Amino acid sequence: MPTREKTQLLTAAQTGRTIQRLGHEIVEKSGEGHGVALIGIRRRGVPLAQRLARTIRAETGAAVPIGILDITLYRDDLSLVAAHPVVQSTDIPFAVDDRDLILVDDVLFTGRTIRAAMNGVFDLGRPRSIQLCVLVDRGHRELPIEASFVGRRVDTRSNEVVDVHLEEVDGEDRVMLLERVP
Amino acid sequence: MSFTFRHLLDAEALSRDEITFLLDQSGAFQGIQKQPLKKLATLRGKSAVLAFFETSTRTRISFGTAAARLGADTMNLQAESSSTQKGESLIDTVRTLEAMRPDVIVIRHAASGAPHFVAERLGIPVVNAGDGLHEHPTQGLLDALTIRDRLGRLDDLNVAIVGDIRHSRVARSNIHVLTKFGCRVTLCGPAMWLPPEMAGIAPNVRIEPCLDRALDGAQVVMVLRVQTERLQEPALPVDEYIRLYQMTPERLRRARPEALLMHPGPMIRGLEIDPAVADSPQSCVLEQVTNGVAVRMAVLYLLTSGAGSHAADIQAG
Repeated sequence: MPTREKTQLLTAAQTGRTIQRLGHEIVEKSGEGHGVALIGIRRRGVPLAQRLARTIRAETGAAVPIGILDITLYRDDLSLVAAHPVVQSTDIPFAVDDRDLILVDDVLFTGRTIRAAMNGVFDLGRPRSIQLCVLVDRGHRELPIEASFVGRRVDTRSNEVVDVHLEEVDGEDRVMLLERVP
Repeated sequence: MSFTFRHLLDAEALSRDEITFLLDQSGAFQGIQKQPLKKLATLRGKSAVLAFFETSTRTRISFGTAAARLGADTMNLQAESSSTQKGESLIDTVRTLEAMRPDVIVIRHAASGAPHFVAERLGIPVVNAGDGLHEHPTQGLLDALTIRDRLGRLDDLNVAIVGDIRHSRVARSNIHVLTKFGCRVTLCGPAMWLPPEMAGIAPNVRIEPCLDRALDGAQVVMVLRVQTERLQEPALPVDEYIRLYQMTPERLRRARPEALLMHPGPMIRGLEIDPAVADSPQSCVLEQVTNGVAVRMAVLYLLTSGAGSHAADIQAG
């Protein structure tokens, strides 16, 4: 379905600052970031996690481990979406057992992606805790899931789409609110 | 890049890009074999018929494991207990199975082309798990995945396949997969198992009855299983086969030092392969088995997930 841009939610500079602030909040809340590991949810959660790790490292000197999670196989809508979504690899190079994990994604919407991500994580072991960090929370939850770290809360309508662009994937930092046009 | 497959009937019909896509998708499933919890719910509620009209242990267990790890149920038909023994035709048997509403059917059959015949007549995806002397496409794919993992590429390799080429669907599927990547394939074995027309089934395939010459410079060596009943003694006694074609450490030295040693199994130590070769660091026999589950998971996933033909644009939750 075609979309048109409605508003710009974050400029490049605001996107960068918001991610930095999220990094600071993680340090503040998790005590210098010790024992914390970040898990970026494909696709844009991955560069987001990498940037958070850089901020945490700059502030505390601690190298935060980063894992990559592909949730395709855990989606609950595989029989609803058309052609099979392409599966990508999950790469979590550390043991999740007894760790404090922070899942990282660009947009929190229905909560179903996060439900899928948690199932994926639990197939790998038993973390001590899981928190969630998102750049944008756009509401419309369908599951009892909330984020511990939120860059920006936006009230949206169901016919709108939050479009996050990140330098590493899209060549620019920018967050837009799009509207589906019938 | 993404592709949609209706069936997996042979490797010959797959393009190089389609094979690359299937191997990349299989790569994602390799990780799951290493997880403590290997069972997914991805295909929960779906079921796969494993219709093995010809006896099989390894391939049937591999497909069964792949289906189980994706959360799908399996319905098993085995040759020994099959109604074909009672005279039922293939089409009646598979129509009966289809009437139980499975989502995919995996077929092994002694007749070449049986999976194609079934695919034309049923409304569900069909996977060829080996048909007569024709093909065994998932074996070709899992071998390619194993080579790509070990050597880092598939392109332009020098591959030797040794043994009973005539009766080997494994050889045919491998030839079709590997030559699409520019590999040069040398087929070697006793004359009765080395039909000259095999050189014409794909480009860059040649026949070489002398094992030492066939192995010269090979980067991948595939040893095929020998079924002694096919040796047709006294034409070629077992001792003579062992003397001429058994893969020994001395023979393997004719190949490149880093050459991979592969075998589709079941492997008869002391017949087609010397135990020292089977257990050498060059051997990837067990990786082939592990990769087989990943490839079959990818194939079952790609054939049974998704509702329609056109990708919907959805906002991730």
